Amino acid sequence: MTAYADLILLAVLLLGVYVLATSRLGAAIRAVAVQGGLLALLPITLAARTSWDALLHVGLLSLGTLLLKAVIIPGLLLRTMRTANVRREVEPFISLHTSVLIGAVMVGVAFWMGSVLTLPRPAPATLLVPVALATLLLGFLVIVSRRKAITQVLGYLMLENGIYVFGQCLARDMPFVVELGILLDVLVGVFVMGIAIHHISREFDNIDTDELSTLRD
Amino acid sequence: MIETLLHVALLLALPPLSLGVINKVKAFFAGRNGPPLLQVYFDLWKLLRKGAVYSRTTSWVFRAGPIIGLATTLAAGLLVPLTGAAAPLAFGGDVIAFAYLLGLGRFFTMAAALDTGSSFEGMGASREATFSSLAEPALFLALAIVCIPAGAFSLTEALRALPWADWGAARPVYFIAAATLFVVLLAECSRIPVDDPNTHLELTMVHEVMVLDHSGPDLAFIVYGGAVKLFVFGALLVQLLVPVSTLDLLPGAAAMVGGQLALAALVGGVESVMARLRLVRVPQFLIGASVIATIGVAILLYRGHA
Repeated sequence: MTAYADLILLAVLLLGVYVLATSRLGAAIRAVAVQGGLLALLPITLAARTSWDALLHVGLLSLGTLLLKAVIIPGLLLRTMRTANVRREVEPFISLHTSVLIGAVMVGVAFWMGSVLTLPRPAPATLLVPVALATLLLGFLVIVSRRKAITQVLGYLMLENGIYVFGQCLARDMPFVVELGILLDVLVGVFVMGIAIHHISREFDNIDTDELSTLRD
Repeated sequence: MIETLLHVALLLALPPLSLGVINKVKAFFAGRNGPPLLQVYFDLWKLLRKGAVYSRTTSWVFRAGPIIGLATTLAAGLLVPLTGAAAPLAFGGDVIAFAYLLGLGRFFTMAAALDTGSSFEGMGASREATFSSLAEPALFLALAIVCIPAGAFSLTEALRALPWADWGAARPVYFIAAATLFVVLLAECSRIPVDDPNTHLELTMVHEVMVLDHSGPDLAFIVYGGAVKLFVFGALLVQLLVPVSTLDLLPGAAAMVGGQLALAALVGGVESVMARLRLVRVPQFLIGASVIATIGVAILLYRGHA
């Protein structure tokens, strides 16, 4: 089963690069949604063949992740996108070409870090650690390189996806409540950002965060 | 001996058929009947019987372009195994020879376009140079994904060493290699979404504009060379996706032909459902392919480390 985990992780990584490469907000949101859906499958492929108790735990976690990461949050973001009336990320701080190339370098760094980092116990899937680090770094890159608040929220979600992947290393030690707490945190974060985006959009007629830096009294 | 003859026969005879299949699929999507499957053969025969017209401003470079283009592509075709047997030419490092034989042919096609002295053709050559310089890293990285696990730098050996038993789930990097090679195929063979082989709108032409001044047998060589190039890249892709090299001579050849026809149908499908990318978007498409292939190489090196 861990072979499928590697396949899923690879797809997660490629979707991360895709978010970096596209200028369409709708496509980027959907890519992050698919990423979330794939991450929901991850615990199932990693766990299996244990007790019923553990299976229930994994099943509930997957279901929660699926609902939250693949349905609710992307739905909220798509709605915000429609109400704020933005479709495209125009003129990001770093051009799309350059950010894809930087992303490739970051993936390389993530793989290098994955190979020098020694975990107390080996990761359940080969690609788990490098993909977690790469998704994390790509999320950071999206946050700092884009102007639109929605894309920055997407970067935040990718960051969280990276943390989630890394959490799979410790899946057996991490109590259920902590995982639920993290998921709830993200939901609240997105809610707050959704409201913030709405307000920015109403004040300035767009959601370009660059406008915020020119505020003065 | 018989393997070599079969290889050469396949390489010489089949390429125009792939183009025919592509055109037929495109016609099917458009709801037309389309030209007959063998139309490309008829066209080539017609062109070969015609005379060529040469401008007084051109030199020997213009005449050499199509011939060298076809010769290098055919030579590259000898390096890729087409049947269950090894390729007629196989030596350590033929991966590099493969890429640069195609590069040499491209260089002479561009030189011939520049030789006409037409600014329009120069523009086409410049676009071709830009796109191919971006497609080359993608090609090399995809070949690296194939070669690194095998530890061999010969196409025949590397393709033989593919782990067919645990291909799919266990070795996701081969998906990456296949996807990258497909993008390189579309770019190198001037298909949609990189270039439109049927366009005659001046501002959007890339490959077609470079061959505008060629006529008669020269044009036949260019059309045929383009078909062979598609066939050679297709052969690499089919070898990567179908266990041709584990089969015997004839079943292997049959699998290769079937794979090539399926691939041609796929290319036709892609051309029918996709629009051409804007010129400024093409580099991004190709860089994306290189980046994906880089990730594949990173995974392989990471595994080697672990």
